[in-house]
Amino acid sequence: MGWEDFAAAFLNLAIMREASPILVQGLVQTILLSLLVVPLGLIGGTALALLSTVRHPLVRWPLMAWVDVFRALPPLVLLVFLYAGLPFAGLELPAWGAVAIGFFLNTGAYYGEILRAGIESVPREQMEAARSTGLTGGQAMAYVVLPQAVRNVLPDLISNTLEVVKLTSIASVVALPELLYQARQAQSVTYNASPIVAAAAVYSVLLWPVVRLLSRLENRQLAARR
Amino acid sequence: MTRPIIEARGVHKHFGALHVLKGVDLVVAERELVFVIGPSGSGKSTLLRCLNRLEEPSAGSIVVDGIDLLDRRTDINAARRRIGMVFQGFNLYPHMTALGNVTLALRKVLGLPRAEAEARGRAALERVHLADRADHYPGQLSGGQQQRVAIARAIALEPRVMLFDEPTSALDPELVGGVLAVMRELREDGMTMVVVSHEMGFARAAADRVLFMADGMVVEEGTPGEIFGAPRHERTRTFISQIERT
Ligand SMILES: Nc1ncnc2c1ncn2[C@@H]1O[C@H](COP(=O)(O)OP(=O)(O)OP(=O)(O)O)[C@@H](O)[C@H]1O
Ligand SMILES: [Mg+2]
Repeated sequence: MGWEDFAAAFLNLAIMREASPILVQGLVQTILLSLLVVPLGLIGGTALALLSTVRHPLVRWPLMAWVDVFRALPPLVLLVFLYAGLPFAGLELPAWGAVAIGFFLNTGAYYGEILRAGIESVPREQMEAARSTGLTGGQAMAYVVLPQAVRNVLPDLISNTLEVVKLTSIASVVALPELLYQARQAQSVTYNASPIVAAAAVYSVLLWPVVRLLSRLENRQLAARR
Repeated sequence: MTRPIIEARGVHKHFGALHVLKGVDLVVAERELVFVIGPSGSGKSTLLRCLNRLEEPSAGSIVVDGIDLLDRRTDINAARRRIGMVFQGFNLYPHMTALGNVTLALRKVLGLPRAEAEARGRAALERVHLADRADHYPGQLSGGQQQRVAIARAIALEPRVMLFDEPTSALDPELVGGVLAVMRELREDGMTMVVVSHEMGFARAAADRVLFMADGMVVEEGTPGEIFGAPRHERTRTFISQIERT
C-alpha cells in the first residue's frame, strides 16, 4: 500500500467535498450542543460549589454522594439511561432533554469540583473583610470570592470545557446527529475514511484557539508561582 | 464621659472546649481611642471580632451605637457598616483596584450609583493620601499603602467606630509611620477607635485609655501613663517590660 492508496482512503478530497454538506450539518449540531451543555454544566457546577460552602452535615453528605455518583457514572451510560431507560418508568424525554439533563448532571459534577477547589483557594479573610463592610454573604460570594475562585482555576475550567465539547459526540446515541456521527455516516456510505479525517480537522480548528489560550494561561500561572 | 458608642458587657467566647473570653467588659465613649494590649492568645482579636459579630459571643451583651448586636432581629449587615474594621493582613480584594475596593460596599451596601460611589471613594482615598493610587491594584502597592486603602475602604462607609486589629504588625518598619499618621488624623477628626496594637509610642501619644488583657480577661486598664508608667499588676509589668525590650 503506497502513498496514493493512503491518500485515496484518508485524504480523498472528492469524497470530502461530497460529504461536506452533512459534515456542516453535524458541525452546526455539535456547536448547538456545546452551547447548550457548557452553560448548563457551569450553572450546575456553580450551584454545587456554592452548596459545598454549607458546612451542615445534612447538606454535605448528600452533596458528596451526588458528586461522586455523577462523576463515577460513565456519561454514555447516564445518557442511555435517561433516554431509553426512563420511558420504562413512564417518563419520556425528548433527545435534547435527555442530553440537557445528562450533561447537567455529569458535567455539572466536574465543574462543581473545580469551582469548589477554586472557592477553597480564596483565603477566608476575603469573606470576612467583605462581610465587615456590610455585604451579605451572597454579595461577598458573588463580588469578592467567586471572581477570585474562577481566576484561580481558570485553566481547569477551560480544559474541562474542551473535554465537554468533545464529549458532545455521545449525543448521537440519542439520535442527535452531531459532527462525528455524520462523519461516520459518510464513511459507511462511501467506504472511505476521509470524512472522519475531515471531521478531525474541523474539531482541531474549532478547539485549537482554546488549547492555545489554555497553555498560555498555564504558563502564566507557572510564572506567577515562581 | 459622653454617651458610650460601644457597650460590651460580660462577653464570653468559647471555641469548643477552649474558653477564650471570660467575661470582658468594654465601654467606649464617643471620640475615645482605646488601646488593647496583651500577650498572644489572650483573646484580643476575638474580642474585636465579637464587636462586629464576625465572631458570635457565647454569652454577654454588645450594644454599638444603640444597636443590640446580639439581638436576633438586628440586621447585622446594616449594623456592620457603622463599624469599620481594619485587619492585620489588610485583606484587600486583589482583583479590584484601590478605588474598586473602596467603592464595592458603597455601591452594593449603600446602593449608591457608580458616579457617586466613586466620588466618595476618591474622597476616602484622599483622606489616606492615596488619591493618586486609585487605579492601582493591591499587588502594585506597598504594604503600608495597602493598609491605608483598607482604612479608606472602611471609612468610606462613614462608620461610627473603627476597629483595628494589629494594623501595623505585618508592615516593614519604615512603612508603619504612614499608617499610624493616618490613624492619628482619623482620631483628630473625632473617630471613635478601638486599637489592638503594641505600638507603644502611638499609644502614649494618642490613646485615651489602655486595656491590658491576659487569659481572656481585662487584667487592668488606665491611661497610657498609668499602664506603661506604673502598672499595678505583676502580669502587666512583665508584659510591658517585654514589649519595651523588643
Ligand atoms: N476560630 C477559632 N477556633 C478555635 N480557636 C480559636 C479561634 N480563633 C481563636 N482561637 C483561639 O483563641 C485564643 C485567643 O485568640 P486571639 O486570636 O483572640 O488572641 P490574640 O490575643 O489576638 O493573639 P495574637 O496577639 O496572637 O493575635 C487562642 O488560643 C486561639 O488559638
Ligand atoms: Mg490577634
